[in-house]
Amino acid sequence: MIEMRGVNKWFDDFHVLRDIDLRVAQGERVVICGPSGSGKSTLIRCINALEEHDEGEIVVDGITLDDDSRHLSAIRQEVGMVFQQFNLFPHLTVLENCTLGPMKARGLGRSDARALAMELLERVRIPEQADKYPAQLSGGQQQRVAIARSLCMRPRVMLFDEPTSALDPEMIKEVLDVMVDLAGSDMTMVCVTHEMGFARTVADMMYFMDDGQIVERAPPQQFFEAPASERTRTFLGQILSH
Amino acid sequence: MRSRRKRLTPLDFVIFAAVIAVVAYVGYRVESVLVYSWDWSAIPGYLFRHDADTGAIVPNLLVLGLLTTLRIAFWGMLLASAIGIVLGVARTSRRLFPRLVGWAYVGFIRNIPPVPFLFLFYFFISSQILPVIEIEAFVGGLSDGGTQVLELLFGPADLIVNFLSGVISLSMMMAAYIAEIVRAGIQSIARGQYEAGYSVGLSRLQTLRYVVLPQAVQRVIPPLAGQFITLIKDSSLVALISIQELSFMAMEIAISEQRFFEVWIFTGFMYFLVCYSLASVFNRLEKRAAAARR
Repeated sequence: MIEMRGVNKWFDDFHVLRDIDLRVAQGERVVICGPSGSGKSTLIRCINALEEHDEGEIVVDGITLDDDSRHLSAIRQEVGMVFQQFNLFPHLTVLENCTLGPMKARGLGRSDARALAMELLERVRIPEQADKYPAQLSGGQQQRVAIARSLCMRPRVMLFDEPTSALDPEMIKEVLDVMVDLAGSDMTMVCVTHEMGFARTVADMMYFMDDGQIVERAPPQQFFEAPASERTRTFLGQILSH
Repeated sequence: MRSRRKRLTPLDFVIFAAVIAVVAYVGYRVESVLVYSWDWSAIPGYLFRHDADTGAIVPNLLVLGLLTTLRIAFWGMLLASAIGIVLGVARTSRRLFPRLVGWAYVGFIRNIPPVPFLFLFYFFISSQILPVIEIEAFVGGLSDGGTQVLELLFGPADLIVNFLSGVISLSMMMAAYIAEIVRAGIQSIARGQYEAGYSVGLSRLQTLRYVVLPQAVQRVIPPLAGQFITLIKDSSLVALISIQELSFMAMEIAISEQRFFEVWIFTGFMYFLVCYSLASVFNRLEKRAAAARR
C-alpha cells in the first residue's frame, strides 16, 4: 500500500530523513516512535506530500508521488490524516467540516455527503455535536471529529501524527478507543505516537526512529521485550519507566 | 469577571470637563467673533423640489448627489473588494509572477496621491477603455424598462461613461489598500489549515476558497470596514473629474447660494450619516461572526 525507498530529505543543512525504507501492506497497522526531532512526523507527512522529499521514491496505492499534480491529488484523496493540533476548520460546523472534502474533492451531493458525515460521526460517537462549531468542543471531541472528517473521504490509508499529544490525559482514552475501533476494521494505518499501550494492542509492526534514520523495525512483542538496538532500549526505558 | 468600565474615575471627569470647555469655546468664537449670519433656509429646497410640470415632489441636487455617492460606494466596494482579493491572493502566491504583479500594483498605487491618479486614470478609462467595449451603444439600445433598471443601478444614462470611469478609478485605487488587508488576513491563517484542506483532498485553489479566505476575511472585517468608509469619503474626490456626486453638488450650491458654511456642514453631516450607518452594519457583522465561533 505504501512504499518508501531510499527517501532522503533536508531542511537546509539539516538532514532530517536518512535513507528511509518503509513498506506498509494493505490492512497493516504500523506504529512509529522515537524521540522528538527524530524525523518521524516529517516521515509520515511525506507520505501525503505535506512535506516534499528530496531523494528516493514514494509509492502509495500504486501511484508514484512526483511532480505530477494529478498524482498528488489522487494520493491525497486516498490518504487521510489526523494532526496533533486537530486543525479543524473553525469557521465551519462539525458537519460542514466533514462534508467539505467529499463535496468539493469527490463531487458528492449535499444530502449524500451529510448522510455519510452523520454515519461517521456516529462511528466516532459524537453525532449529537454535528451542528456545533469546533471551538465549542473539548479537545478529545475535536480530535474525534478530525478522525471522522478524514474517514469521510473513504481513504485507503490513515496517517496519525501524534493524535493524542495535545490532549488532556482524561481525553486520551476516548480518542484511542476510536483508533482501536478503526484498527479493527482492517484500515491501513500509520501512527506516530508515544502511546505504547495502544501500540502493543494494535500494531502489526513497530518502527523506531532516531536522528532521521529507522533504527529498528520489529513486531511489537519482540520490539518491547527484546529490542535489538541499544537506542531503542534506552528510549523505551525512558518512556515506560513510570 | 468584574466590570471595570462602568466606574467613573476623577480622570473621567477631567476629560469630560475639558471636552465641554473646548466645545463651549468654539461655540463662543463662532457666535461672537466670527460675524456670520446663519441662514439654513436654502438647504431644504435643494433636498427636494416641487416639479412644476407634474406637481410631484422630486429629489433635488443634494439628494441626487447623495444617491450618486451611494451608487459609487456600492459598486466601488464590490469592485474594489474583487480586485483587492485577487491581488491579495496574488501577493501570497507561491509563484513569483503573481507575487510580483501584486507587489508592483500595490507599491505603485499606494505611493501616488489620489488626485493625480484619478485625473490620469479617469482620462485613460473614459477615453481609451470604455469606448472600446461600446458601453454607450449598449445603453442606447436598451428598452425603456432596461433603461429604468440601469438608471436605478448606475444613475442617469447619459452620464454612465462618466460614472463608470469614476467608479473604476476609485476602485482601482482602493483595491491596493484592500489587497494589503486581505494579504495580512491570509498570512494570519495557520499552516495547519492549509494542510487540513489538502489532506481532505482539496486542491490549492479549493483550500484557499473554502478554508483560508472565509477565515481571513472574517478576521479582517474591522480594517476592511475602515477601508470601505475611506472609500465613501474619498468618493468625494471624484467631484474633481466632474462626477455629479454629493460633493460636486455641494460645491455648485455653495457657490451659487453663497452659503459655504451651511452647505458644507450639512453635506458633511450627510456623509457622516452614511459612513456611520455602514460602520454600525460592520460592527454587527463582526459581533455575529464572533458569536458564531464561540
